[in-house]
Amino acid sequence: MSMIRVENLKKSFGDLEVIKDMSTVVEEKEVICVIGPSGSGKSTFLRCLNRLEDISGGHVYIEGTDITDPKVDINKVRQDVGMVFQQFNLFPHKTVLQNVTLAPIKLKKGDQKAAEKKAYELLDKVGLREKAKAYPGELSGGQKQRVAIARALAMDPKIMLFDEPTSALDPEMVGDVLDVMKQLAREGMTMVVVTHEMGFAAEMGDRVLFIDGGYIVEENVPKELFGNPQHERTKAFLSKVL
Amino acid sequence: MQTIINAFPYLMEGLQVTLYIFGIAIVLGFLLGLVVALLRLAPFKILNWIAKIFVDAIRGTPFIVQLFFIYFGLNSLGFFSLDNTTAGIVTVAINAGAYFSEIIRAGIQSIDKGQTEAARSLGLNSTQTMRHIILPQAFRRMLPTITNQAIISLKDTSLLSVIGVADLTQEGRIQASATFDAFNVYLILGIIYFIVIYLLSMLASFVERKFVLR
Repeated sequence: MSMIRVENLKKSFGDLEVIKDMSTVVEEKEVICVIGPSGSGKSTFLRCLNRLEDISGGHVYIEGTDITDPKVDINKVRQDVGMVFQQFNLFPHKTVLQNVTLAPIKLKKGDQKAAEKKAYELLDKVGLREKAKAYPGELSGGQKQRVAIARALAMDPKIMLFDEPTSALDPEMVGDVLDVMKQLAREGMTMVVVTHEMGFAAEMGDRVLFIDGGYIVEENVPKELFGNPQHERTKAFLSKVL
Repeated sequence: MQTIINAFPYLMEGLQVTLYIFGIAIVLGFLLGLVVALLRLAPFKILNWIAKIFVDAIRGTPFIVQLFFIYFGLNSLGFFSLDNTTAGIVTVAINAGAYFSEIIRAGIQSIDKGQTEAARSLGLNSTQTMRHIILPQAFRRMLPTITNQAIISLKDTSLLSVIGVADLTQEGRIQASATFDAFNVYLILGIIYFIVIYLLSMLASFVERKFVLR
């Protein structure tokens, strides 16, 4: 069974059709990078995968569960799908440790002690154990984003979605965050990453999706997509960003 | 001077009544405000409407008319009889509730949408998100405006003297006519209100500093 299956996905905001028709499949342990011009619908595509956006048409299956079915317990599905945002969205009134433990404790994935032990392991992993008692306001952008990754991982998700995780960071912070993501990918996490970091997409992507105008224009292994793009629009986009 | 010393114990009794009414009414008013704010933001048009009509009705009418409506108007129907203290508490609570609801609604709406999205993406449902993520942040932001409304409500309680509630103002009126020293009695009355409100704002700024958003 595929981790994610997208069938003829459509999404409109009022009269504006952002996603016209997209279909793709993500297998277990795959790292999919999504690239494309701004306004092409790539973030919206990602946000449809955990139904943060209401889906206008088509189907999205997460581990076989059709999340467009209104009877589906979406909160349950979301526990298996971690998400990392461009603007981090850490909870400013909670410490780093509380940010990471909040969901596991409230959703009864174990008691506070177990949640904190796990949180410290995750903070170790992202290199921020010593910041456990700090508040998000005391962290740099790169540190915030690494905490956000730890927070998402605390629910033991099977899939991780990244929505331009490095776009709001100072250049010298980008590397730390990408390193954490690379480590995750190597450990076999299934990942969908909307990114402007072509280097990351080329190095870590099992496949790259080029999205433009509400369609997946081209989908290929990075070597082919970057080295030998088939579509005019892909060529035009790559010539601008590479 | 002697008149003031004689009047003082009566004024303190009145102050107790004022604080008692204020204490109950402000808690009820806050809870009412929270409920109305959530109705106002609920994803059901009909609930939004009910909440909006309530708020508009209270905001669009004078406090004293609301008080007369509840004390004389409702009692005249004969279904129940509210004593004047209860009617006063109810009026202050309803009045404060309407204003609180607008403060709370604005506070909730001022929290970035990304907070909700982050919480929901972790699997929290909308109630958990509101309770653990949105409201705690919103309340910190609202605290100064909440204090302001609490002070207004405290001062509104003085109007309950009109229906004979033995509050601080009512005791002052009685003492003013009993002692024939209106100047000094009302001066002291003002000073007592001022001190209570000053203490209330000090308490509020202490709480504010304690829970400041980092």
